[in-house]
Amino acid sequence: MALLEVRDLSVVFGRKRQKPFTAVDGVSFSVAAGQTVGLVGESGCGKSVTSLAIMGLLPKRGVRVSGSVTFDGTELLTLSDKQLRDRRGRDLGMVFQDPLTSLNPVIPIGLQVTEVLRRHRGLDHKKAQAEATELLNKVGIPDPNRRLSEYPHQLSGGMRQRALIAIALACQPRLLIADEPTTALDVTIQAQILNLLKELVAGTDTALIMITHDLGVVAGLCDEVNVLYAGRVVERAARHELFADPRHPYTHGLLGSIPRLDSARSAKLAPITGSVADNIPWADGCAFAPRCPNALQGCVEQPPELETQDTRLLRCYNPVLPATTAAKEG
Amino acid sequence: MTVSSETTMETDQPASDDTLLRLEDLKVHFPIKRGIVLDRTVGYVYAVDGVDLRIARGETYGLVGESGCGKTTLGRGLLRLVEPTGGRAVFDGTDLSTLHGEQLRRIRRRMQMIFQDPLSSLDPRQSVESILVEGMRAHGLDNDRTATSARLRELLSAVGLPVTALRKYPHEFSGGQRQRIGIARSLAVEPDLIVADEPVSALDVSVQAQVINLLEELQTEFGLTYLVIAHDLAVVRHISDRIGVMYLGSIVEETDADTLYQEPLHPYTKALLSAIPVPDPVVEDQREQILLAGDLPSPSAPPSGCRFHTRCPWRQETRCDSERPELREIAPGHRVACHWAEDIAAGKIERHAVDVELVKETEAGPGAGLGGAASVTEMLST
Repeated sequence: MALLEVRDLSVVFGRKRQKPFTAVDGVSFSVAAGQTVGLVGESGCGKSVTSLAIMGLLPKRGVRVSGSVTFDGTELLTLSDKQLRDRRGRDLGMVFQDPLTSLNPVIPIGLQVTEVLRRHRGLDHKKAQAEATELLNKVGIPDPNRRLSEYPHQLSGGMRQRALIAIALACQPRLLIADEPTTALDVTIQAQILNLLKELVAGTDTALIMITHDLGVVAGLCDEVNVLYAGRVVERAARHELFADPRHPYTHGLLGSIPRLDSARSAKLAPITGSVADNIPWADGCAFAPRCPNALQGCVEQPPELETQDTRLLRCYNPVLPATTAAKEG
Repeated sequence: MTVSSETTMETDQPASDDTLLRLEDLKVHFPIKRGIVLDRTVGYVYAVDGVDLRIARGETYGLVGESGCGKTTLGRGLLRLVEPTGGRAVFDGTDLSTLHGEQLRRIRRRMQMIFQDPLSSLDPRQSVESILVEGMRAHGLDNDRTATSARLRELLSAVGLPVTALRKYPHEFSGGQRQRIGIARSLAVEPDLIVADEPVSALDVSVQAQVINLLEELQTEFGLTYLVIAHDLAVVRHISDRIGVMYLGSIVEETDADTLYQEPLHPYTKALLSAIPVPDPVVEDQREQILLAGDLPSPSAPPSGCRFHTRCPWRQETRCDSERPELREIAPGHRVACHWAEDIAAGKIERHAVDVELVKETEAGPGAGLGGAASVTEMLST
């Protein structure tokens, strides 16, 4: 059985004098122990809100979360704040995008790491301190003893992200959610952090949800990939299948618009026309239809459902044909 | 062209005809000051520390490097938006460092800039029309009302915006459209050289590709020369003819775009290339990664000798930490700043593990800011 089961998750934000905004619109996916699942999409597709909803970190007022999120058989959405606090940090770990804003600037790193250990594992000060040193060492922070007494601003961006990963891993969570963990970092540091995440997940039973806009990051890391567009999953496939043969016009377009290091330079990029502002609401049809090169008349009359096609899930009436796929060229 | 090219003053050193811009040992150092009354200078941030490069007319030169390597400062320094500390920039035969006031203002018509963040580089209270006309007026290109309005239409259609955009304000546009406005503004004064500083990094990938294609089309249409500054090597490789890789204030390798990918010679370039994720699982699973240890050292206290020797997996016992390698031509058009480039390429030197050296905050120099390298550049770029 899957460790985390997300069923029909929707998040609606109420707005002043405006219609409510549906950020996540019936998203379902599951993650098994030891599996790495990617959520990919551009800004505004609802990938971060999905992760916040799973963790129960969305504000209570003005936000309506519906659907179901079960973790190891327990429904998370109906848990009380206290019950949720007992799980967050222990069973569910999270690494955020910007380590500087998610670390407390006025508290030393050491205290922020030991806090988790003392709260969830009941260690005393001394033991927690020793454990924290061990953790920082494990994530590759040199001279961990000295670093423990330092403040976030004294660490470089890469080191801060490592510290954040150390905090998330302090109680050996069974599920780790990484929300754009490398977006704020330089590529050489990004490679270090991704490698670290890979190592930490491999060999353990930790499930990892990787949220990113970078298809390159997904290609090297995830077992299964969910492509999100305007709050809904439009395509889900195993990693190799998705990249070799993207079927949804959006996925296909995304891969076509990325300049690749190993492709011929003369190849012109094939961007997706328009922008997210052109979307139509899902109720009226496919949100991507106005930008879609494959759009049919039916696309703007009835929204497509997420259906199984071969070995993948696809939400499209007129998918890109496998034969015409050009992603493997070059 | 209404502005004559009388600004050409000293044409010492006959540049070959196709050179539009030449940098000679350009340096930009920022003083680190301390004290309220005395205001002593206690050190320097060596943001750009001796860069030589040549950009030919009609070519696209890409400058890549990670944050803090000085690429943005280089772009600003050559346009004299920050005053260079040393060296000179020669634009079309004119030494920019000798120009003052009106002469400098005039020549700037021919060198325009596209900025990273389209929202903060456009005045929110100016309509698109007024944004576009402002530069033309400043350079005396707005003499005739009908000609100007025809020119505006031409500009908008060149960057793919509707004519109705003229009456709108920047907040009414999406990120990609705003970047198009920024591009139209730089084109308005008919420049020869466009310095594009991270032109697409603030945009979503699907929109990024639109802007990249637009830049390429405009180059063919108007015969522009580009200096593209970016951290994303995949983007830079796609649009550039030649690429310079920067590390801590100087260029470590320079060659044409294909060679750079096929045979990178400098250890830093190799590591940089291997760190960039490729959206293809087959490639990702097979390729060998060169992971660099540690962080970028502080540009206020750069390592002695080769700036990269603290993180270099090919570092040797001799020369690397004592002698700063010069950018030398190894193959035609391929310049590398590494003492051992030939030996590494021939496989005579093996890669080895590197111990992480701490970038101590004291190394950032007193008063250089709190967070080391990253925050120093943040301070400078604002």
